[in-house]
Amino acid sequence: MSVQPASSPKQPPSLWARILDSDILASFLRSKVTMVAAVIVLVLFIGAAFSPWIAPTNPFDPATVFLADANIPPAWQDGGDPKFILGTDDQGRDLYSAILYGLRVSLIVGLLGVALAATIGITLGLLAGYLGGRVDSLIMRIADVQLTFPAILIALLIDGVVRGIFKGANREDTALYVLVISIGLSFWVQYARTIRGSTLVERNKDYVQAARLVGLPAPLIMLRHVLPNVIGPVLVILTINLALAVITEATLSFLGVGLPPTQPSLGTLISIGNRYLFSGDWWIVTFPGVTLAILVLAVNLLGDWLRDALNPRLR
Amino acid sequence: MLAYILRSLMQGLVVMIAVAFIAFSMFRFVGDPVVNMLGQEATLQDRAELTERLGLNDPVPLQFARFVADAAQGDFGISYRQGRKVSSLILERLPATVELAVLSAIFAFVVGIAFGVYAAIRRDGWIANLVMSISLIGVSLPTFLIGIGLIYIFAVELRWLPSFGRGDTVKIGWWTTGLLTVSGLKSLVLPVLTLGFLQLTLIMRLVRSEMLEVMRADFIRFARARGIPERKIEFRHALRNTMIPVITIAGVQLGGVIAFAIVTETVFQWPGLGALFVNAVQFVDVPVMSAYLLFVAFVFVLTSLLVDIVYVALDPRLRGSALVPAK
Repeated sequence: MSVQPASSPKQPPSLWARILDSDILASFLRSKVTMVAAVIVLVLFIGAAFSPWIAPTNPFDPATVFLADANIPPAWQDGGDPKFILGTDDQGRDLYSAILYGLRVSLIVGLLGVALAATIGITLGLLAGYLGGRVDSLIMRIADVQLTFPAILIALLIDGVVRGIFKGANREDTALYVLVISIGLSFWVQYARTIRGSTLVERNKDYVQAARLVGLPAPLIMLRHVLPNVIGPVLVILTINLALAVITEATLSFLGVGLPPTQPSLGTLISIGNRYLFSGDWWIVTFPGVTLAILVLAVNLLGDWLRDALNPRLR
Repeated sequence: MLAYILRSLMQGLVVMIAVAFIAFSMFRFVGDPVVNMLGQEATLQDRAELTERLGLNDPVPLQFARFVADAAQGDFGISYRQGRKVSSLILERLPATVELAVLSAIFAFVVGIAFGVYAAIRRDGWIANLVMSISLIGVSLPTFLIGIGLIYIFAVELRWLPSFGRGDTVKIGWWTTGLLTVSGLKSLVLPVLTLGFLQLTLIMRLVRSEMLEVMRADFIRFARARGIPERKIEFRHALRNTMIPVITIAGVQLGGVIAFAIVTETVFQWPGLGALFVNAVQFVDVPVMSAYLLFVAFVFVLTSLLVDIVYVALDPRLRGSALVPAK
């Protein structure tokens, strides 16, 4: 590699200046769809994070929920009640509040699940790429076999197995963890493959050799030296996987193996609403469904944009 | 060519053994099979007898070998919950799922290719743009929401189509079919649309982008220069060359059809294997879960083998050569 002529000793630009100057911000401002998607995601995240303060009622406080209020249509329909903007569900819970709380549960499960998947995937990918040999082929064979099956099937299977292991424990206490474990174990493969690929390249570079010669232990080299150089592409996978994880959670809850009705996510709300579709109570299923669809669509759009913006070939 | 197919056969075998091991571990180590079969009240002597009869005192490798041998003969044990043989439960439910999955795959494939080709040829037309936008939404919507939406429109509001079950079925031997009665056919419409929709959007987007790519290739320009009619170029030359990636993806997608059949069957209360599996997961009915897992793995391995054979038929470069093509 040729030696670069030393540029004049300038103050390195501040972080803020670098952000303002970056291609990524420019491409963000160019794409209106992305900006709308970002605003939607932001609003939904804030709504979920602060739901106990934003929601007009606490839908899970038995003292404020009355069965007499069950199945009230949205406020603008005949028989609607201005107290319940989007109507109520079968137990008299305010649907608007229930959606905010459900969004919170869905996002918590999604984020934790994706975090677990990324942790497992990155760890195994680093190990496989850095150590090579038997460790590598074992981990990658497992990944291959798992990749043969759709994630939703694996999530269902793991859900069943984990619940079999937790048998006897109260379902309400364990449901959230069962979901996080199922999602984490179903989505790790993509991270492992990506990280392994870049680790194989980095492993032979001079700085890794130097670190090895200095006598640093392998775990330290992997974490401090290799990891920062291979972590980049993971960001895009994280975003797209969040949408998938939210869908998976909703699907499992809809199938009745996810979160129970006492602690509903968006999927549970949809599955409750589905039972009242035929009696004409369309709002119980529609509003949570639309919320879920908007959330997933917006996160997907952000993920697509991020993938293109970070891809140097498309610049 | 033979080496190529043998290689994918070997890979399939490895997958099957790995999956069999997982299924066996589930059966053996998730909960105690003896307690599950006899219930909590059984006497110690009953338990000891059943443990011996199931061969649970033997070394684990021997148990695994026996499990594989039984499974290969179609014996998956007895459902904890229903107390019936898992194999007969599966056979009973198989026709419903097969009819649903095959019709959905055909629907997705035919409509997906047609729309994809159209969107590629009339790239800037408004219909093409509309189709592409709908497909983007289709990719983001969870299957069960699409199903619920269709039920609401066609079953609740319009009352055109039934929303659950298979309708009337006709028995042919042990196979039950919904294809021969009006109510059976009507019952199929919504589940097939729901299940096929996601695969349709994926296949369509893939065909479109591959088609656009191929239409820029040199041999298409030469074909034009030779004065071959545009229609013939599009279908004879371009479409044929887009088929290889499409078939790969379609093969993988068939797995998706089976996985999402679980969701679709639950939405439409379709009496198929997917609904059986969801029930098994709800009640941790391990023999049914592991049998379903093995069944799905078998279908996947079989499809990818078929896809490999179709490759050879479509790609002349593969014929007569033992080399795996550089992709």
